[in-house]
Amino acid sequence: MKKSYLFLSILTYIALMGALFMAFLYAPTEKTMGDVQRIFYFHVPSAWASFVAFGVVAVASIFFLKTGKAKWDILAKSSAEVGVMFLTLVLITGPLWAKPVWNVYWTWDARLTTSFILWLIFIAYLMLRNYVADKERGARFAAVFGIIGFLDVPIVYMSIRWWRTLHPAPVMGGGEGSGLDPHMLQTLLFSVGAFTLLFITLLVFRNRTALLANELDGLKNKIKS
Amino acid sequence: MRNGLRQIATIIHKDMVTEMRSKDIVVSMLVFSLIVVAVFNFIFDPGSAQMKATAPGILWVAIIFSGNLGLSRSFAREHENAMMQGLLMCPVDHSLIFVAKVIGNIIFISIVEAISVPIMIVLFDLSIGAEFWKLALILLLGTIGFAGVGTLFSTISANTKSREVMLPILLFPVSIPVILSAVKSTTYLLNHTNSDNVFSWIKILIAFDVIFTVVCFLLYEYVLEE
Repeated sequence: MKKSYLFLSILTYIALMGALFMAFLYAPTEKTMGDVQRIFYFHVPSAWASFVAFGVVAVASIFFLKTGKAKWDILAKSSAEVGVMFLTLVLITGPLWAKPVWNVYWTWDARLTTSFILWLIFIAYLMLRNYVADKERGARFAAVFGIIGFLDVPIVYMSIRWWRTLHPAPVMGGGEGSGLDPHMLQTLLFSVGAFTLLFITLLVFRNRTALLANELDGLKNKIKS
Repeated sequence: MRNGLRQIATIIHKDMVTEMRSKDIVVSMLVFSLIVVAVFNFIFDPGSAQMKATAPGILWVAIIFSGNLGLSRSFAREHENAMMQGLLMCPVDHSLIFVAKVIGNIIFISIVEAISVPIMIVLFDLSIGAEFWKLALILLLGTIGFAGVGTLFSTISANTKSREVMLPILLFPVSIPVILSAVKSTTYLLNHTNSDNVFSWIKILIAFDVIFTVVCFLLYEYVLEE
């Protein structure tokens, strides 16, 4: 293994341990919600990481359509897989927090519904990739769908928000009475950073595996012909 | 420009003639939309206020389910006898094919709506009266948005292994904003409550139509390349 991979892995490990420490020991307990609020330090960073991942899918897809180079397609695919994983975590940690606080696991509010639809869109994206026999064409279809899927996110969000909303408003940068305890904010920011690192590490490894698989396919075809 | 319009008209004409001869798309869509309405009827007590309140939603569910059926049929047909290859070999700009296909699909769905929506209005005992033109406008706008995205995705799904399954999986989550605003404006219209709300939702619907159609138009070229 390359040294840079090892370095990245160790750095991510330390950052995640730090995030765990801060979430459970450093950050104060929330007054009304109690300890269950600590899931917030994993929920929000996961959502952030998944959003970055799908952004990478869209950008890589645009580059793929422009250049036609397989590496962009592979990057888009790897990032979509990692993104779906993070979004699944969001959809699991959300209800765990919501049950004691809202008294229901799920509610059809703008943010929740949008996340759920986003999850469905990128599951469809991964399915689409596997359902097209012609590899090169499948990559083009996936790129088109990935771009539309990502553009769709803010539009879906706005439309549902006008429809109805319940999710707690973002607590930072709001008006009077909003804002986090500085210790909580530090924990959140550190956790976001750690999850971003985790995302980068997973993406780098997944992308490398996919590139090698692609190379192997090429070599196999060469031997066959 | 005139040349382009004539090419679009020719492709639409071709699709219409094929459909006139077989009638399978429009008939299957129509029957299916009525089946959806019949199935939904069991959810609520007949004549209850709940049923009236959800009628616009049921109406749109019937339209998008049958629209999905029609879209997948219309592109499956292009793949039989390699009609798509023939179309691609014509000296026609690919974006014009998209425009022609969208208009063709809008026509198909509109024909079905022209028959099924009045039937639904009777079945759900809705009063439209003076709102007829507004309802027609909402139906048209909703259909444009749905057909725009639908045409792009049905071209994609027609090339996948399981095309009938793939189309709704791709199409429904992405077209939610269009369907949502269409349902909302229809609900306000049929409840006769607040005409300001109707217009603000129609404006949102128009905005979504423009965004989706333009994006799909720009990306269609990449889907068609052989």
